[in-house]
Amino acid sequence: MEFNHLKKNLKKDYTGLKKIKVSLLSDTASQLLVQSIRGYGYEYSYDLDIFEADFNQIDRQIMDYSSELYEHEADITIIYESSHKLLSKFNKMPADQKKDFAENHIEHLDMLIKTLSAKLKTKIIYLNLAEINDTVYGNYANKLNNSFVFQQRKFNYLLMEKAAETPELFICDLSAIQSLYGKKQLFSPSIYINTEMVLSIDILPKVAHGILSIVAAMNGRMNKCIILDLDNTTWGGIIGDDGIENIQVGTLGIGKAFTELQYWVKSLQQRGIIIAVCSKNTESVAKEPFEKHPDMVLRLDDIAVFVANWENKADNIRQIQSILNIGFDSMVFLDDNPFERNIVRDNIPGICVPELPQDPAEYLQYLYSLNLFETIAVSNEDAERTKLYQTESKRVIQQQKFTNEDDFLKDLNMLSIVEPFNKFNTPRVAQLSQRSNQFNLRTVRYTDADIEALATDNDFYTFSFTLEDKFGDNGLICVIILKKENDTTLFIDTWFMSCRVLKRGMEHFVLNTIANFAKDNGFSIVKGEYIPTAKNEMVKDHYKNLGFEESGNFWTLNASDYINKKCFINKK
Amino acid sequence: MLLIISIKNVSSIKNNNMTKEDILQQVNEVFIDVLDNEDIKLNNETTAEDIEEWDSLSHIQLVVAIEKHFKIRFKSSEIQSWKNVGEMIDCIETKIITA
Repeated sequence: MEFNHLKKNLKKDYTGLKKIKVSLLSDTASQLLVQSIRGYGYEYSYDLDIFEADFNQIDRQIMDYSSELYEHEADITIIYESSHKLLSKFNKMPADQKKDFAENHIEHLDMLIKTLSAKLKTKIIYLNLAEINDTVYGNYANKLNNSFVFQQRKFNYLLMEKAAETPELFICDLSAIQSLYGKKQLFSPSIYINTEMVLSIDILPKVAHGILSIVAAMNGRMNKCIILDLDNTTWGGIIGDDGIENIQVGTLGIGKAFTELQYWVKSLQQRGIIIAVCSKNTESVAKEPFEKHPDMVLRLDDIAVFVANWENKADNIRQIQSILNIGFDSMVFLDDNPFERNIVRDNIPGICVPELPQDPAEYLQYLYSLNLFETIAVSNEDAERTKLYQTESKRVIQQQKFTNEDDFLKDLNMLSIVEPFNKFNTPRVAQLSQRSNQFNLRTVRYTDADIEALATDNDFYTFSFTLEDKFGDNGLICVIILKKENDTTLFIDTWFMSCRVLKRGMEHFVLNTIANFAKDNGFSIVKGEYIPTAKNEMVKDHYKNLGFEESGNFWTLNASDYINKKCFINKK
Repeated sequence: MLLIISIKNVSSIKNNNMTKEDILQQVNEVFIDVLDNEDIKLNNETTAEDIEEWDSLSHIQLVVAIEKHFKIRFKSSEIQSWKNVGEMIDCIETKIITA
């Protein structure tokens, strides 16, 4: 993506795109960065409404509660302090204070963040430092705590620690962008001298991409699944022709490239990305290396859905999708064959199909450069996800045995734990809030910090639901936030549910819980709202189907005479 | 010394094939692409006043695009020094010859 392309995007039609308010504070000239970010937003179908503070106004904008920053009320505030400006600050410091530069600066930043967050509910994206090696001490700077090199690296480290403990603070890793593309591409001295811009025209799109991937993750757009072709993608050679003893994987020759790719995929799996296989092969032949090859890193246990047959890959991916129940736009498909890639790309809108390089030696470095798996939260459940989907495949098979839906549901022995938000379930609640797109009635996103605040607010009642059955535990899969609107009315501020528990009667169980809670606490009306997004069409008639009456833009249910709906889930 | 001179001569002969007219025409194409305006018709007297999209910001973009196109580098002092397109062309020409 070139800057000029992004600039041309600015002239496109933005009607109907999702509006997100952003503020950008920078200590250097940021006009072209703003253009790049807005232009890249178009690629993600976002209409970014960006307030750009005058140059070098970071402190003033944040410290003055009457500034334009607070007037704009951005959902996301981007702060970019450049290593150039920090170097000139550093150079002006008395020699004996230089060793404290990083700590003092992080304290200052902490104060700014606290001031900002006290007044404005905004997420913050801070660009870390793209290091300058001023070579004042040569390599010896690494041994010297009052060198700029030492203090910059220390600052980047302290910044990670700060981000780890500050839920609203996210880091855009400019330092990693610089190490990928190099200082020469990142920074253009003559432009810096003439314009006070520190980012070169060529690097602006990469930086904008870095920022947009975080923005997209904040808005629930992230890749959740990687689908692997096998021959010449997961291992070298063709299993059907070459046989298990001749495929290339392991430490020798090109086998190393495939092994390292498999380790990467395995790390993704361990952090919660679902791994599926889609291969043109006979199933038993395709599975053999996973079961028997000593050098394979990936094993059948790591694969949530394994599809190997001679059908068209687009159809197979649709089948994988129907088991996983996630959007095509959250899937990545890896295949060495350009023909297969094109078929999938042309037939499955939204799926990400990287143009793998011809040489397998280059696969991994290329995949790194795409930053495909941005996220803004991780939870312990992530690691369990593969198991969940494997049991889901078993359920699908079991269901086919029952002709009567009720008999099937009864036979599942479903149990649910219902409890308010607490410190144990907060991370999962926040994560599900970020990830749920389809079964989400109002799509209000909550962070860890928001969840904690809600749990103690007397006007809000919070419920989290788990679901287990005889095949396994799905964990926390549904969240309800009720808001007391007045003495008679309870408003369903939030209702979202993981799509993997659809068609189990969970909706009924949840509504029973809500209505009974309302009755027990003297509320006569339960009020719901559906806010359409590009993805939640599935729940358009949700309240209607549950027996709510339409009233204006809202849906209401009389709680006083509510009769429990049929369901086969019991409270644990 | 002799060797250096002869190399210089070779390169200037090679690049002298490009006339100011050629440079102007190529610069014109860069302007059309960067400023996204098909109607731009540059001449030596054209200044930023004459083209709506040509402001201080797009100027930087133009400079970078021209540098890439001709595989040259401007000095930072040159970037803001041209009074019109003609002076820019002169500057480009000296760089191509000494390149």
